[in-house]
Amino acid sequence: MSVAIRLAGCGRTWPGGSIALHPLDLDIAAGETLVLLGPSGCGKTTLLRLIAGLEAPDAGGRVFFDGEDVTRLPIERRHVGMVFQSYALFPNMDVAGNIGYGLRVRGVARAAARRRVDEMLAMMRLDGLGGRRIEALSGGQRQRVALARAIAPRPRVLLLDEPLSALDARLREQLRQEIDALLRSLGITAVYVTHDQAEAMALGDRIAAMEKGRIAQIGTGRDLYHRPANDFVAGFVGDTNRLATPEGERLVRPEHLALRRSATGGFTVVQATFLGPVVRVLLRDAAGRELRADVPDEDVPAPGERVAVLFQGRSLETEAAASPA
Amino acid sequence: MRRGIGFWTGLGFTLLISAFLILPVLASVIAGVTANQFVGLSSGLTTRWLVEVWANYGGTVLLSLRIALATLAVTLLIGIPAAYVLARHAGVTARLVEEALVMPVAVPGIATALGLILAYGAVGDLRASWLFILAGHVVFCLPFMLRSVLAVLLALDLKGLEEAARACGASWPQRFLGVVLPNVSGGVLAGSLMVVTLSLGEFNMTLLLHTPFTRTLPVGLADAYTALRTEMASAYTLIFFVLIVPLLSAMQWAASRAERLGR
Amino acid sequence: MPDRLRAALLIAPALAVFLAFFLVPLGQLAVAGGAGGYTTILTEPRYWRSLASTLLVAAGTTAITLAIATAVGLFLARTRFPGRGTLLALLTLPLAFPGVVVGYLVIMLAGRQGLVANISLALGGDRIVFAYSLSGLLLGYVYFSIPRTLLTVMAAAEKLDPRLEEAARSLGASSFGVLRDVLLPGLAPALTAAGAICFATATGAFGTAFALASRIDVLPMVIYTEFTLQANLAVAAALSFLLGLATWAVLALARGASGGAAA
Repeated sequence: MSVAIRLAGCGRTWPGGSIALHPLDLDIAAGETLVLLGPSGCGKTTLLRLIAGLEAPDAGGRVFFDGEDVTRLPIERRHVGMVFQSYALFPNMDVAGNIGYGLRVRGVARAAARRRVDEMLAMMRLDGLGGRRIEALSGGQRQRVALARAIAPRPRVLLLDEPLSALDARLREQLRQEIDALLRSLGITAVYVTHDQAEAMALGDRIAAMEKGRIAQIGTGRDLYHRPANDFVAGFVGDTNRLATPEGERLVRPEHLALRRSATGGFTVVQATFLGPVVRVLLRDAAGRELRADVPDEDVPAPGERVAVLFQGRSLETEAAASPA
Repeated sequence: MRRGIGFWTGLGFTLLISAFLILPVLASVIAGVTANQFVGLSSGLTTRWLVEVWANYGGTVLLSLRIALATLAVTLLIGIPAAYVLARHAGVTARLVEEALVMPVAVPGIATALGLILAYGAVGDLRASWLFILAGHVVFCLPFMLRSVLAVLLALDLKGLEEAARACGASWPQRFLGVVLPNVSGGVLAGSLMVVTLSLGEFNMTLLLHTPFTRTLPVGLADAYTALRTEMASAYTLIFFVLIVPLLSAMQWAASRAERLGR
Repeated sequence: MPDRLRAALLIAPALAVFLAFFLVPLGQLAVAGGAGGYTTILTEPRYWRSLASTLLVAAGTTAITLAIATAVGLFLARTRFPGRGTLLALLTLPLAFPGVVVGYLVIMLAGRQGLVANISLALGGDRIVFAYSLSGLLLGYVYFSIPRTLLTVMAAAEKLDPRLEEAARSLGASSFGVLRDVLLPGLAPALTAAGAICFATATGAFGTAFALASRIDVLPMVIYTEFTLQANLAVAAALSFLLGLATWAVLALARGASGGAAA
């Protein structure tokens, strides 16, 4: 029962006149997971709240769920599920009370609601915690309760606003995998907001990279990584070097560079830092330009040594250079 | 750990101040049940004064209770919605309204009371009705209910909770009754205790607002202090303490509970 | 229903009460004084004398209460010992005692049959009686103000960063140095706020003065006398309005100075 979402000419201007979101068109296919990726203040949360119905678009903007115009429908009647950054679990209710809330307010019969809550508790591996108070839960458990609460009423669309940002790194990784599996098994249309590119890559069928209230590029993770539309996307999705070549300026990923010791090489090693999987080498040329290269931890040149920098294999191209238009 | 001289000095001073606050209360309580205060406790204990005071002034106690409960009902009814609006709106208008609503606390009761008499003293039978006193008490007590509830609302992630409830499909009445109210119960309780306590003890306004037909407990007390013998005045005060001390203790309990939950 | 309309409807009852029972009466009060009322109070020396004694008592109350509450509050906030909770409960019990009852407690303490009189008599001295004077009033206001001020000071003291004190000590500061350079500056906003409330209360309250029932000539008593005994409505209104304006201004200024900590 997942739906396709279409936004037409949706922008959002704050009462003070500052623009949170420039008018944009966006199509999200039924069952697709779209990640909105960008730094804070880029408009990703505003876009999510427009889809949710927590914000109304500026005049002229339209939101459609499967062709139905829901622009004037407030969130409580859009039948969406939403997971908030702060979880916003109700402190006056226990775990089961939170998960069943969406069923209760919609008047689902008591027995059916209880069955659905039990189902959600099992699905989220929260068995036996139904009577637990919210403040007695760990961060990861709260996250699961928030997800269960959003999913329990079988929403048409699932919206997630930085759901993992309050968790520590290891838990984040684990829950990311769980959410990924969950979204695939439910086949629900989902919009997921994050500022973490690893999260975006792992979860998104497509990623919309956002900058200053606009979508800078939308495509698969591979598209954004290998063919970034502009400097912003290249810089935000992965690390990047700007390299002058005879063919013009190029954006090159550090892991795509290789080093060879050479007395006539153009670069000097400034610093080599062991990062675990790779060694990050900072290089500088005679003109003072800096370059970062990630190389395997084998026979790494030491600071002060002169090296030549190769970009073998695939080198990075900007979208503009690659596309005929 | 051995306590230094600083500790004992501090403790001594604190005990002295406690004695200053508590001894007069004890003295008054004892005087209220002593047969003859001039002779002292050796004259024996008696409930005679309490009975006599109740016979003469019982009406003031009942009227004060009625006014306090009515004040509570009105401040709950208009204070909680107002606090909710003030918590949900960050703008200048909301801050001005908040500023206005708490203003009556900053103005001496006698001034407000005089104003009320000037404005409404000649309107129908209002002047002779207990509702006239109620109006004054509501104006004076509303800020305490407002602040108490507002403090709890502002400590909550109110906007987030409401949005979450909306996302679950809850209409405004559903989320106000099911999510907002249950989560401010601590503030409502603290505010209610404060309002009842203040209304029961309100004197600055009530002395001007009352008539011979609408004499409240504190007004009766003031009368007793000037006109009656010490034992009667003390017995009357004792009745007041019996009403007010449980409320104050409950207030202390509510405050420590709020502090525990806030951590 | 649009959010704005709902907000307006929810806050309307509170605003209506405020307008009808506070703003309109205060407006009436302001004009009832008339040119005559304001001229009289500005030209007659006895109102000025009354103002002077009111301010004197209020300033004294504030200074003494702050000193006591700071000493006791710092002691209680920074030490733990058996019985501390009980002591704190006793010290804050009179939190909402009405002024008129506090006046009676002052009589129990320092009146003709009071504890002080009996003790001084038993020790072979004269009967010491000072309840029915400005000192008695001062004592009552201090009694009245200690619980609330103490709570404010303790709340602020518990929020002070203990590392500041440790840093000062590590730099060689003496106990007095720590108090002067770390603790008092840290408490300053809370003290300003609490002091303003003491001052405003002592300026505007009159239950205590009424219970002590003698020739204590503070402003609220003068207003009461002018209104009830001399039916001098213009003067009573003018005095009330200026008094209200003054206490409100003191609290507003203090709140500005203390960053919103004052009530």
